[in-house]
Amino acid sequence: MKTIQFILQKEFLQIFRNRAMLPILFVMPIVQLLVLSFAATYELKEASFALIDYDQSSLSRELSAQFQATGYFSLEHKTFDTDEALEELKAGNVNMVLTIPENFSRDYSQGNSVSVQMLIDAVDGTKAGMIQSYGSSIIRDFNQNHIREVQLISSKKAPQLSRIELIPVNWYNPDLDYITYMVPGILVVLVSMIGLFLSGMNIVREQEIGTIEQLNVTPIKKSHFITGKIVPFWIIGMVDLVIGLALARYGFNIPFLGSLTLILIVSGIYLIVIQALGLFISTVTSTQQQAMFIAWFIMVVFILMGGLFTPIESMPVWAQDLTLANPVAWFIKMMRMVLLKGAGWQEIQHMVFVLIGMGGLFYGVAINRYKKTAG
Amino acid sequence: MPEVAIQTRDLTKKFGDFTAVNQISFDVRRGEIFGFLGANGAGKTTAIKMLTGLLSPTSGEGSVAGHDIHSESEAIKKKIGYMSQRFSLYDDLTVKENIRFYGGVYGLSRHILRSKYDEILEKVDLKDEIDSRVGSLPLGWKQKLAFSIALLHEPKIVFLDEPTGGVDPITRRQFWEMIYKASEDGVTVFVTTHYMDEAEYCDRVSIMVDGKIEALDSPVELKRSFSAKSIEEVFIELARGAENSDG
Ligand SMILES: Nc1ncnc2c1ncn2[C@@H]1O[C@H](COP(=O)(O)OP(=O)(O)OP(=O)(O)O)[C@@H](O)[C@H]1O
Ligand SMILES: [Mg+2]
Repeated sequence: MKTIQFILQKEFLQIFRNRAMLPILFVMPIVQLLVLSFAATYELKEASFALIDYDQSSLSRELSAQFQATGYFSLEHKTFDTDEALEELKAGNVNMVLTIPENFSRDYSQGNSVSVQMLIDAVDGTKAGMIQSYGSSIIRDFNQNHIREVQLISSKKAPQLSRIELIPVNWYNPDLDYITYMVPGILVVLVSMIGLFLSGMNIVREQEIGTIEQLNVTPIKKSHFITGKIVPFWIIGMVDLVIGLALARYGFNIPFLGSLTLILIVSGIYLIVIQALGLFISTVTSTQQQAMFIAWFIMVVFILMGGLFTPIESMPVWAQDLTLANPVAWFIKMMRMVLLKGAGWQEIQHMVFVLIGMGGLFYGVAINRYKKTAG
Repeated sequence: MPEVAIQTRDLTKKFGDFTAVNQISFDVRRGEIFGFLGANGAGKTTAIKMLTGLLSPTSGEGSVAGHDIHSESEAIKKKIGYMSQRFSLYDDLTVKENIRFYGGVYGLSRHILRSKYDEILEKVDLKDEIDSRVGSLPLGWKQKLAFSIALLHEPKIVFLDEPTGGVDPITRRQFWEMIYKASEDGVTVFVTTHYMDEAEYCDRVSIMVDGKIEALDSPVELKRSFSAKSIEEVFIELARGAENSDG
């Protein structure tokens, strides 16, 4: 046990002595969290649209005004020419074209069903989804507010009041707030970077400078050596996570519905898993450059396929199956469930076990591959 | 501790079809200074790595401090010190921190370590540098420090792989004084070098050519049997027939 103390002491000394390390560990995560989350919302607030209002009635003007009143949509272009509006859409100057047909107001007041059209630029799928979702809810509200007066003044037979209506409600994130959705995911990415990059890289560094050979002729135990490499970055990762969570809670006012303890436990387990992966990378590479390259590759795949930017449910089935082997996907899911839905141990325990299983596998392979005696 | 500190029989290492160490057999007696000579690429480092448990042999037998190199490498590691050909202290740690770390890894208590600091600093004359980063020290000092750290846990046998490469003559002399001192304390010293004058300081030397040991005796005997004036002449005579050495 004493040996471990000496090893940890040395690792911490080296980490904090490296001048580039402190900013990497503490400043970068915060900056990244701020920039990423603000950039993400900024985009949504700027959703712009072109309006083709063939009706030119007070009712149609009211509808378009409601779009603008939300603050999410800004009217960029007005025209009567569909082609012109489509050009704008193609050029990327607007994200959506809203078309209100002729006789919109007349038909509506007579109690007939009318339709308005939203053409959405779906190159950015997430944004398109948001536009559609906001747009529909604006139209729904509009309809709600007006249908009663229409029924009262309509010359036709009053439509049945008890008509069944489908009302989508966005639970857990009622305003479909992008930050709320993103921040847990971004925290995951930060923690993963520290776990995957720093631990693995640290071992390869000893290989590069040749000290690993010196260590391998000492009676040092494999488990001690590995503990020395895992524990410091685990602690640092957890500290980073706590900073991130505090920022999320007090900076972004993200609701914490679930238990903070549960979040910390799950994160602790996840960190160990991802560090085991870093350890494995270090056993198959001999320079920091190689290790960095492989770690990046794995990280990018994990993040893109982890449901951070694209919901997993909207991926093709084969890709959905692949996410089962992706620890980042599991962790993002758990973070969102616990933070945003208030899920408890019961709901997430099976995922925790999956993570532990992965961790066991990675450690098994990594420790098996790390040998004090070369072939 | 047996009379024979290191023993090999037909010890061989192949990398693919290339034989880096080819059936070497020799005994190193307890307490002796054994010079392990050979041109670049002759296989010295490879042989040392097999003896220290860093590399597993392809075939042949070997024992170090009475332990089999195949099956008891962890037991060997407790009894040997090793200074690798590459400098292997931590440049970003201070002199004291390096001593503390390696001492800790060998299981020395903090109490013993405290007395070791003074002992080592005295020995290598680094009193004022205890809190300097090792990276900022001149090479000769670094090497002397690395040697002292290799002796920290009081091993019975110490392997030094080109400890004086690139070091100035005065420091080399001081380094050899340290080697003699260790030898007087009963430590068996297994040392490789490219400096032929250093070979003369050894009790016995072996000369390796292309993975094989071509000669092994005391410097005096070697010179006599090759009718040479110096070990250097013996070395050149033997190395002339080399095929796969770079130098
Ligand atoms: N891991 C390896 N894989 C393949 N070949 C190797 C490996 N290690 C060493 N060799 C080769 O084995 C030969 C002996 O190398 P070794 O390092 O033992 O020589 P050396 O006598 O220590 O030389 P030097 O004086 O330059 O240190 C060289 O030709 C080297 O290229
Ligand atoms: Mg060598």
